[in-house]
Amino acid sequence: MEDKLIIGGETITNRLFIGTGKFENKKVIKNVLEKSKAEVVTVALRRIDMESKSENILANIPKHCLLMTNTSGARNAKEAIRIARLAKAAGCGNWIKIEVIPDNKYLLPDNYETLKATEVLSKEGFVVLPYINPDLIIARQLEKSGAAAVMPLGSPIGTNRGFRTKEIVRIMVNELNIPVIVDAGIGKPSEAADCMELGCGAVLVNTAIATAYNPEGMAEAFSKAVEAGRIAYLSGLAVSVDRARASSPLTGFLRGNES
Amino acid sequence: MKVEAEVNMSFHDWVLQFKRVNIENFFIGVTDKEINSVLNAEVISVEQFYTLLSPIAEKYLEEMAQLAHNLTVQNFGKTIQLYTPIYISNYCVNNCIYCGFNINSKIRRKQLTLKEVDKEANFISSTGLRHILILTGESRKENSLFYIKDCIKILKKYFTSISIEIYALKGSEYEELIKDGVDGLTIYQEVYDEVIYDKVHLAGPKKDYLYRLEAPERALAKGMRCVNIGTLLGLNDWRKEAFMLGIHAKFLQDNFSDAEISVSIPRIRKTAGGFKPVYNVTDTNVAQIIMAFRIFLPRLGITLSTRESPEFRENLIPLGITRISAGSTTVVGGHTISEVGSAFSEQFKILDERSVSDVKVMLEQKGYQSILKDWVGV
Repeated sequence: MEDKLIIGGETITNRLFIGTGKFENKKVIKNVLEKSKAEVVTVALRRIDMESKSENILANIPKHCLLMTNTSGARNAKEAIRIARLAKAAGCGNWIKIEVIPDNKYLLPDNYETLKATEVLSKEGFVVLPYINPDLIIARQLEKSGAAAVMPLGSPIGTNRGFRTKEIVRIMVNELNIPVIVDAGIGKPSEAADCMELGCGAVLVNTAIATAYNPEGMAEAFSKAVEAGRIAYLSGLAVSVDRARASSPLTGFLRGNES
Repeated sequence: MKVEAEVNMSFHDWVLQFKRVNIENFFIGVTDKEINSVLNAEVISVEQFYTLLSPIAEKYLEEMAQLAHNLTVQNFGKTIQLYTPIYISNYCVNNCIYCGFNINSKIRRKQLTLKEVDKEANFISSTGLRHILILTGESRKENSLFYIKDCIKILKKYFTSISIEIYALKGSEYEELIKDGVDGLTIYQEVYDEVIYDKVHLAGPKKDYLYRLEAPERALAKGMRCVNIGTLLGLNDWRKEAFMLGIHAKFLQDNFSDAEISVSIPRIRKTAGGFKPVYNVTDTNVAQIIMAFRIFLPRLGITLSTRESPEFRENLIPLGITRISAGSTTVVGGHTISEVGSAFSEQFKILDERSVSDVKVMLEQKGYQSILKDWVGV
């Protein structure tokens, strides 16, 4: 069976999602998307200027990409809902990454307000992908409220510290029926592969690609790592043991005596 | 130094604790070992921030620069937000000795009509900018809140982010303006030393030190999204002022975690009144302050105005700057109505007169994306 990620009725082949907030140049965003063959890209509505031809970031996003507008800047559910509606009205589609961040020091999300926004926006027909602190209980509530996927952070945004929330994300992957997409904190392709080996649906990366010496090369590396991690997951990882297995087992004689 | 703020403490209450500390003596004790430890620390304490402002830290400027640069790229990416001021009136009742608009300045006074505001806004928005900063002198009679609100209504047609740099307001007035669409407040304390403050603000409502100091807290308590505070370098020993500004920013970040806090450190420039800075602040000093801020508060916004020369601004950008003004004029109606150098004098002399498109090109050459729109009014 072909392995495809389906979210909100859309079939996605490339499981590397790309964020656009930190690039040195809009043209680099375009190159990165082309080089990585990413299909899902997130852009903050606050950065989209439909009225300016030269400044409109959307002009640099290839046609085949699926736009997931995010609610960056929202401090509570009310603001996130308003931004989502504005995004839709501006013609940015109905995929929305809910970011509710009432903490400007560490940029940590507010799970409770995110849930409230998800409840409202799902009912309005948005494909809602909430960015959250990893938490199974809230993730289950998000699933019940109609979230199309959940996006737990791997580490705080922009830190490149890697997949530090692995144990909780592992539980979420096991327990939820919607895709779990690790978003934020992933610093290296190997860490993205780690997320995918665990069974995550996708990985979203921005800082690690945007601030690399060669963003295009790094995007390609991430794309391949995500693909490799997915294949590894589907292939069933060999059990890892920390002791050697004896070629002459001590209990072999027991089997020989049975008739 | 006991410096932790207690719950519900105002910044002024917190600051009073520092008055017992002899800052000069503190610097004497700073060692190379301490600086090295600060440069490798995960979290920087208030005491460590002060260490970074010390004379001995000047030996470590390159190390500080590397760290500050990496922290800036990590937190803000390779982006710089652009904005420009719109001077709508230079009527002012204050007598601030360093300001070209002060009540005794023999300059021609002007307040833009609403039609003129529209003309200026139309021109500025044609440059692609979506962030505007409204400036007025302090005169509740001439520049009433009603007038400012009317201007905001016009500016909303052209800009997605509207900030104000006007006289200090009551909490309820900030609340009104937020409802009208203002999302940012810029208010400089000018000088944190209360004795000097009293000496340079000879008359007018601005003479009330505490009312101005607590304006950011009043605005943030009402939900202001962004607050930019600042100190005017040259009125006092820069190390003391930079320290106070840094802890003020930290206090606001800690107590209003959902707001974006940023700082400015303009150096005094020659004004219409001919005021000259009392304390010399070198380029090296400015760079050290910016780097110390970035290392102390990695998520802090740092704004750089056109008071600095183009070359110096370009060199400061990688050290921690997140926002710069472009296409600036400090003349009322200076974009389309009044000619620079005419009778309508500038508030202060700007040194970087480059247009928005020139600044964009410069940023691109330096490997930075200029962000002209970074908010959507909600």
